[in-house]
Amino acid sequence: MITKRIIACLDVHAGRVVKGVQFVDIIDAGDPAALAARHAREGADEIVLLDITATHEGRQTLLDTVRRTARELFVPFAVGGGIRSADDAAQVFEAGADKVSVNSAALADPMLIDAIGRSFGAQAVVVAIDARRDPSAVDPVRDAQVFVQGGRKPAGRRVVEWAREAEARGAGEILLTSMDSDGMRTGFDCELTAAVSQAVSIPVIASGGAGTVDHFVDVFGRGKADAALAASIFHFGVSSARSLKEALARAGVSVRLPC
Amino acid sequence: MRVTVIDYKAGNLTSVLNALRYLGAETVVTNGDLVPVEDAERIVLPGVGHFQATQRLDATGLTPAIRAAIARGVPFLGICVGMQWLYTGSSEAADQPGLAHFAERCTRFSEGHEKVPHVGWNSLEVRAGSRLLSGVEPGEFVYFTHSYKAPVTADTAAITNYIEPFASAVEHGNVMGVQFHPEKSGATGLTILRNFLSCERQGIA
Repeated sequence: MITKRIIACLDVHAGRVVKGVQFVDIIDAGDPAALAARHAREGADEIVLLDITATHEGRQTLLDTVRRTARELFVPFAVGGGIRSADDAAQVFEAGADKVSVNSAALADPMLIDAIGRSFGAQAVVVAIDARRDPSAVDPVRDAQVFVQGGRKPAGRRVVEWAREAEARGAGEILLTSMDSDGMRTGFDCELTAAVSQAVSIPVIASGGAGTVDHFVDVFGRGKADAALAASIFHFGVSSARSLKEALARAGVSVRLPC
Repeated sequence: MRVTVIDYKAGNLTSVLNALRYLGAETVVTNGDLVPVEDAERIVLPGVGHFQATQRLDATGLTPAIRAAIARGVPFLGICVGMQWLYTGSSEAADQPGLAHFAERCTRFSEGHEKVPHVGWNSLEVRAGSRLLSGVEPGEFVYFTHSYKAPVTADTAAITNYIEPFASAVEHGNVMGVQFHPEKSGATGLTILRNFLSCERQGIA
């Protein structure tokens, strides 16, 4: 039986993890390669590394980080942040990423999705969408809007329609972040996640708003998510992806265990 | 332990190379040079993406070289599209023939209320006697990402259920294939790759 995935996300700046799934053990808290390996060892089904600087000058540092992280990481490994062209993506793949995540660059030039998918396969392209409900619309969920610049600026696209276009262009997965819920710890936006998940045939990764284990149960059930991003497992009262998954299994969610 | 890894521009090789090197293998990559196939100790054919990409194996002359290596008993492992290539073909690219080492054909998952592609960790039901899957316990999980699959036959080494049961691994003598990505399947995947690396050349395929 296919299982629901728990994906650990590491925010990286200048080669160091600046925010991410936190641990009591402080020794390796800043090193992406060590932290990624630790998450994999402790049950994460996948690792996402997000370059939050994403400057041109920082590219070599990022590629070094990806190379070091990928060398001994034997679960799927996605990299996002600052990928603006098929060449950028090719470098990240060459360094050892299995998938790249594209967001604003794909909105600016949707052909980027086609280009990366053509060279590396649909499974290698994750389209990240930052979404907000549209309170002024007749249906605030179905008409939710895509945002860029950290949720500050509307991109002029509707979420469901953009997810469909991304799929048609060859995206392999959608990473959907609810900017309304992000950082609130009041739960994922399950209605929005379900709307997107039902509109496309590719997997949808839910992100934003998790505060308890029950929130994950909810987004896998009602939200019809195929995977969920855990930005800070420490906050959910569990110590690792494994213990989060054990709690999910007790709640009846199918997860990869033992792991 | 030397492994010849075939590069036919179907996706990214780095993950496969990382895993093989981690296990102590020396890797030789060829994207058309036949010598590394002709003197291969072991061959890995990775591959993600579209079945049409295997056309490059024909265009470069790698197909007959691989066929000859297999006939010499060289252990061969196809991964994902590399496994599908062992069959007569795939409905993904109907005019592109596979190696036809196995007589069946790969087909797309039927559309229903389940999502296609099949992406994520799913479990293996291992058949007795597989060398490749030796030590893999029933229900261990591996990572999949694909829309096409091979049917269950006598040569099937493991079965996975998604929409319908399909062959998640195939094995006959020195010829092996996995639909999942052992290089991305944690400790279980490394066990499988280690098993492959310990396969010795056989007298007759």
